[in-house]
Amino acid sequence: MIWDLHCHLSGVEGRTPHERMARLIDYADRMNVDRLVVFMGMRWSTDPGPDDLRRQNDDVLEAISHWADRAFGFAYVSPKHIDASLEEIDRCIRNGPMLGIKLWVAQKCSDESIDALIKEVAGLKGAIYQHTWLKVTGNQPGESTPLDLARLAQRHPDVPLICGHSGGDWERGIRAIRPYSNVSIGTGGFDPTAGMMEMAVRELGPDRIIYGSDMGGRSLASQLAKVQGADIPAAARRQILGGNLRRMLLPILREKGIST
Amino acid sequence: MIDVNVSLSRWPFRRLPLDETPRLVERLQEKGVTQAWAGSFDALLHEDMAGANARLAEECATAGEGILLPFGSVNPNLPDWEEDLRRCAEEHGMRGIRLHPDWHQYRLDDPAVPRLLDLAGEQGLIVQITLLMEDERTRHPLVSLEKVDAAPLVTLAKERPELSLILLNSQRVLRGALQGELAAAGVCFDIAMQEGVGGIRKLMDQVPFEQILFGSHAPFFYFESAELKLRESELGETIRSAIERGNAEKVSGGRS
Repeated sequence: MIWDLHCHLSGVEGRTPHERMARLIDYADRMNVDRLVVFMGMRWSTDPGPDDLRRQNDDVLEAISHWADRAFGFAYVSPKHIDASLEEIDRCIRNGPMLGIKLWVAQKCSDESIDALIKEVAGLKGAIYQHTWLKVTGNQPGESTPLDLARLAQRHPDVPLICGHSGGDWERGIRAIRPYSNVSIGTGGFDPTAGMMEMAVRELGPDRIIYGSDMGGRSLASQLAKVQGADIPAAARRQILGGNLRRMLLPILREKGIST
Repeated sequence: MIDVNVSLSRWPFRRLPLDETPRLVERLQEKGVTQAWAGSFDALLHEDMAGANARLAEECATAGEGILLPFGSVNPNLPDWEEDLRRCAEEHGMRGIRLHPDWHQYRLDDPAVPRLLDLAGEQGLIVQITLLMEDERTRHPLVSLEKVDAAPLVTLAKERPELSLILLNSQRVLRGALQGELAAAGVCFDIAMQEGVGGIRKLMDQVPFEQILFGSHAPFFYFESAELKLRESELGETIRSAIERGNAEKVSGGRS
């Protein structure tokens, strides 16, 4: 069972979200990926306003509408627009089919303005995915590092959080979130550097690692290789490829009556 | 399967799961690799390049189980680099050499480069140019490297149609039309850093499949990344077989 935490409506041909979703499913089929979590991607917007957030989420709602048995959605929200983001959480998660939120690079997650969104989604038992990178070449002004996420995790010790990209520089990223048991790493969206998964299993344990690809900007092949090529126990591989994400999403799936 | 992009010895900044040659060879053989073209991580920083190349040749001969072909390195910024190239060909009987212009701090429009390519061509050596070893965003903070500008290679390759020139780990560096211009000049490419879903098919929009080679960048990358790319793109048996093996055989002139 493979569940992919991190997919976008990008990198494939198609004029509409529906057309692109069909292409993503084709690739998922080729690589034996059972479920896809989708957010953003018809166009990129690093600092979206309320209208843009709504459009991005409309795209995902359309994309997943025909694939209830294969695809889930996360709502794109921004701590720069709390009211609009709370409305999107209401529309897409509380009253819609989506299962969590995606936070990107508009504002660092260490800023306390984000807390209202975290509390709201936690109350719905939704998943919270925060993009993180530690770039030696320099981050964008609002781009969170795993250290920013660690500060968020300290403020919300009972809320499960996902550290996107494992921080990119995974040797530092894993260390940064290691003390916070409520934080898992997402493994998608950086090169398939050998040793990453072995270190993650050693330092975090297999239950805090969630496979994701960052398709279509990234290759499913390169991202699956991190798990399938790693020298880790078979049971850990199963957890990382699907078991951990399924466990994280199960409460909200049950509330929505979605069968897995 | 022929893997044109593996490296031996130690990556300078961390241990890798398969950085002991016997373990790497075992994994390659499990995966059906019958020949792997091996450079050395030592070549990145060592200045005794002759020593690094001699160790590489010895390691391939003693621990390579008959599948590792050494590709020594030449750094044209080192004095008497021509002797390193001569030894690669004449003393070690290597099939090719591997260049690292970013780590060795020269540009491809440096006057030494055409001379190096000519000498390699005279020796019948394949020339691999590694454009990148790792994502520039995750380098060790002490390492600051200039991005390689591959544009001068278009003319250099056109002027040397008999030379076998392969770019390794090129796709993060090459942007836009340059990849197609290099392909039209006869340059070959490996797939180790080809990203994007269905990446090989996308690469084929710019590069004829006859110029695409299987390269894993193991043990720095998980070997399975390149392996799974062959499944991710719908290639068909003819193209898949060419990328897995046939194109590399043609580049090496059928010699091993």
